[in-house]
Amino acid sequence: MNIFEILGPVMVGPSSSHTAGAVRIGYMARKILGETPVKAQIQLHGSFAATGSGHGTDRALLAGLLGMEPDDSRIPYSRQVAHESGLAFSFENVNLRDAHPNTAVLTVWGKEGNQVKVQASSLGGGRIMVNQIDGIRVDFTGEKPTLIVQNEDKPGVLADICYARYSQDVNIATLQLYRNQKGGYAFTIAETDTDISEDVIQALPHMQGILKVIRIASEEEK
Amino acid sequence: MAFHSLEQICRLCREENKNFYQVILEDDMQEREASAEASHAKMSQLWQAMVQADRDYDPTLRSASGLSGCDGGRAAAYYASADSYCGDFIGEVVTRAIQMAESNACMRRIVAAPTAGSCGVLPAVLIPCAHRYQLSDQQVEEALYVAAGIGQVIASRAFIAGATGGCQAEIGSASAMAAGALAYLKGGNEEVICHAVAIALKALLGLVCDPVAGLVEVPCVKRNVIGAVNAMTAADQALAGIQSFIPVDQVIDAMREVGEKMASSLRETGLGGLAATPKGMEVTL
Ligand code: SF4
Repeated sequence: MNIFEILGPVMVGPSSSHTAGAVRIGYMARKILGETPVKAQIQLHGSFAATGSGHGTDRALLAGLLGMEPDDSRIPYSRQVAHESGLAFSFENVNLRDAHPNTAVLTVWGKEGNQVKVQASSLGGGRIMVNQIDGIRVDFTGEKPTLIVQNEDKPGVLADICYARYSQDVNIATLQLYRNQKGGYAFTIAETDTDISEDVIQALPHMQGILKVIRIASEEEK
Repeated sequence: MAFHSLEQICRLCREENKNFYQVILEDDMQEREASAEASHAKMSQLWQAMVQADRDYDPTLRSASGLSGCDGGRAAAYYASADSYCGDFIGEVVTRAIQMAESNACMRRIVAAPTAGSCGVLPAVLIPCAHRYQLSDQQVEEALYVAAGIGQVIASRAFIAGATGGCQAEIGSASAMAAGALAYLKGGNEEVICHAVAIALKALLGLVCDPVAGLVEVPCVKRNVIGAVNAMTAADQALAGIQSFIPVDQVIDAMREVGEKMASSLRETGLGGLAATPKGMEVTL
């Protein structure tokens, strides 16, 4: 851990895992949706379900969905902000199998009709891990600039993705591939050392076999 | 590369003739590929956020559960008017620790140091010291580097979260970090800093994490007080030349061992200790 993971983050209390991490989960779900959410079904698992209301986990998740970051002083009032900005929401407790105790599943619908289901857990200190997107297992934190590409699971697509980034001189730190079934859909997730330029994001969706491109900027850039 | 022992930091201090703060700063610059200015700018933001959070305390707020709030105002009034046992200076430390921890419980903006539950400890000692000794922001920030470096070693050798190591890992770590920072501010060298850390951590060894209803409120708010006051007495002891018999890295290892042996009911599950008392069990969400 670097020293700014020891001191910090600046955050709205009371809990870095149940509040700050929850805001980041909501925020990440919004990013993955890629547009303004209008409806959200939120499921809470484990300790999120058991102690979430006292920790403001519900309000924190909503705040993130509304685009707030962990230090936003409007977090306690996010239910109201959601009403005002036309975000319908519901909460329920669930019991997931093999999930981290601080886990939430957010099914989110956007203004333009997109829909995504994100499962993520809060690891402590405000850090999170995205575990699933639309039922496909993934594993990334969003701490580094991250590119998430939903593509058809067929030969050649990965090479195209890598080439697009290589030509932009972006150094890939980690690259992971996840798929639901052979020949179905896959997620290619690349964490990079430097931020990925708009050009790459613009170019990628036009390539064959690529369905959706999501870019998550690094902490610094935000 | 992050340090795994305080001994390693001390060795660098000796060999390169640098002080504790410089060693941590340079390591951060290397680790995050940042300039000294960029690193300091980040630290300065944290310090300013602590000062702001302290200023923003609202004595009328209560937490959603109703378990905390308003005691910061009580403490302030008492120390201002009564002839207290602790006196003005410690009184200020106590007051600020309660206030910051209450702000956290009431969903106000705070700085996790190292965690949200223990966010009151460092500002509770640093803000009154900054007033009393007229410290510049630069001096306080240097002390925060010292604190962060200590926390980093504790995180690497043991843990800094109640869920993994009990409250000794949270309030204990915060207190040890604050003790080291205080020793540094009074000119203590790396050895004095290490003794301050060891003395502070030993005093809180074994402290369990038993928050009522799993909320960061009871006993957390008041534990910030003991974390802060313990840091002051530990720093004073070390500055007086009193040494810890057990070397600091071994104290941290002992904390790890104790934490690993703690039952899970005593590690932030809200199932044991104070949380499991009849009164504690009355609290439902
Ligand atoms: S009792 Fe647990 S939750 Fe409360 S301050 Fe200590 S470690 Fe944190």
